[in-house]
Amino acid sequence: MLFKLTLSSLYARLLTVSMTVFAISLSLMLYLSIEKLRSSAYTSFTNTISQTDLIVGSRTSSIQLLLYSVFRIGNATNNITWESYEDIINRNEVAWAVPISLGDSHKGFRVMGTNMEFFERYKYRGGQSLEIEKGHQLNDLYDVVLGFGAAEKLGYKIGAPLIVSHGLQSFTDHDDQPFKVSGILAKTGTPVDNTVIVSLEAIEAIHVDWSSGTKIQGQETPVDEIRQMDLSPKNITSALIGVKSKLQVFKLQRWINEYPEEALSSILPGVALQELWRIVGIVENLLLGISAVVIFSTLIGMAAIIFSSLNERRREMAIWRAMGAQPGIIIGLLMIEAFIISLLSTIVSTILLFGLLYLLQPWIDNTYGILVNIEMLSLGDIFIFILFILAAMIVSLIPAIRAYWFSINDGMTIKI
Amino acid sequence: MNAKTILIDSVRFYWSKNSDFKIYVPNLSISQGEKVLLLGESGSGKTTLLSLISGFLNPISGNIYLNEKKINDLAASNRDQYRSDNIGIIFQQFNLLPYANVIDNILLPLYFSKVRAGKALNQRETAVNLCKLLRLPDSVTNMKASNLSVGQQQRVAVARALIGNPSLIIADEPTSSLDTDAQKIFLDLMFSQIENNNSTLLMVSHDTSLSSHFDRVINVNEILIRED
Repeated sequence: MLFKLTLSSLYARLLTVSMTVFAISLSLMLYLSIEKLRSSAYTSFTNTISQTDLIVGSRTSSIQLLLYSVFRIGNATNNITWESYEDIINRNEVAWAVPISLGDSHKGFRVMGTNMEFFERYKYRGGQSLEIEKGHQLNDLYDVVLGFGAAEKLGYKIGAPLIVSHGLQSFTDHDDQPFKVSGILAKTGTPVDNTVIVSLEAIEAIHVDWSSGTKIQGQETPVDEIRQMDLSPKNITSALIGVKSKLQVFKLQRWINEYPEEALSSILPGVALQELWRIVGIVENLLLGISAVVIFSTLIGMAAIIFSSLNERRREMAIWRAMGAQPGIIIGLLMIEAFIISLLSTIVSTILLFGLLYLLQPWIDNTYGILVNIEMLSLGDIFIFILFILAAMIVSLIPAIRAYWFSINDGMTIKI
Repeated sequence: MNAKTILIDSVRFYWSKNSDFKIYVPNLSISQGEKVLLLGESGSGKTTLLSLISGFLNPISGNIYLNEKKINDLAASNRDQYRSDNIGIIFQQFNLLPYANVIDNILLPLYFSKVRAGKALNQRETAVNLCKLLRLPDSVTNMKASNLSVGQQQRVAVARALIGNPSLIIADEPTSSLDTDAQKIFLDLMFSQIENNNSTLLMVSHDTSLSSHFDRVINVNEILIRED
């Protein structure tokens, strides 16, 4: 009966109660979506590259090497000579290697020179391979394979012409040697999506008439002639390396780091990713902090709303008391109320969350490259819900105790 | 002489020592079945007196007996229980839980009092019957209290006070929101049911014109001394 009457009491205040529930639901949803975004960002991030044992570049910090070779952020300080690269891949420990050459761009997208192995060896999200969604791989010297995001944002279809610009932000184009889109990769949720992939030879080809970063005045070798030239690369920026046995990783890493001919760095991508995430993780902590404040303010808000309804409900409390309800029952009533409100809020917030995720998922994916999985609530979320309901009931004790004093002092005289 | 429903002996009450509201009630005695009108202006302390009698407040000194049981020595929760077992209360107005239907409102005291629940064996039937006796139309029994007219609400409040036959009915200005005709109808209905139950009635009002309906009229100034 107590529960039934609490329900009808809440129903009688449908407008205020539903607005309360809605307000709490919004904050809870905000918390849930921040949490969801946080975990998705972490998964997306740490899944950017997998099954690569070492990344090699010129001597630099591990994070910088990771940033330019995997995330295509920032620049390499120096290149690696092809000879050094060959020395490394000729080592016994090396099972496979993928050379990467960076430095040019197309309309803000990084151009990456590599070889066919890249499409086989680059793995993400626990071993998933790249897939060509449309068209084919790099068959011709001037073929280009676009990442999913780059193709979508540039609006390029198979066969579209494409001109590579020199450097990352320059006004000089390699317009004498136009490329053609030959393939578009399926979506990966990694920086590959925003990469323009060409062959190493193509990188050499477009720099035939260039020396030390500038175009040689008056020199313009015809394309037909270039096609006949020896275009084997002289430099690369970095390399992804797989070893035959995991036990040899550290030995090889040490050998590379001590390579006498050239100052090289090699890093374990997993470790570097964790290191990088620890820096990015400041944001993570910030988000967690915001979440906590949101939840806290929600609880205070609910207490305030229950509080402000107390005055108009003093008469009701007095009736309960006159019927013989002990003050404890008055506290019970308010706590049942807080329980119902918070339980409803968790349900509504879940519905709102899934609605929002459903609507925003493509946008988040496109804009930030974070794939937010729409999946059932995790145990952690449910734990948070239970904690929230308990906290709501504890917080509702404050107005409940006030109502208790009201009901003791009011007795029969209710001053409104 | 009948058994005493209410007996007050040298009761003193104030909220705090420095309060400018201190009352002293030397003696008040009301017998079983009496219908008493307590007259007094607002601020005269009559509602405080009712709160003391019904055990919401406990006196600073002196004794209050209800059905010959001393209630001021009881623990607060026992006093709450004693109240729900022995007293039916009718408030001035806004008497009912507005969101509950008529029957649920009437049955409310039975939820807290096993004694009264025991006296109303078939609860729903008893409630419907009380409605009939108080001339509430059949159609209202399932309506929400907030949809009733003021007069109907007051009659539902009477039914709620009467259910389970408590020995004392306390009414705090129940007629103040009714016009003269409605007042008379209301009082007649209430009296006939209280007489049926042989309950005692203590009704508070500032309206002297009601005096003729009662066995005894007490002016609050005669029994209550302000000591502030």
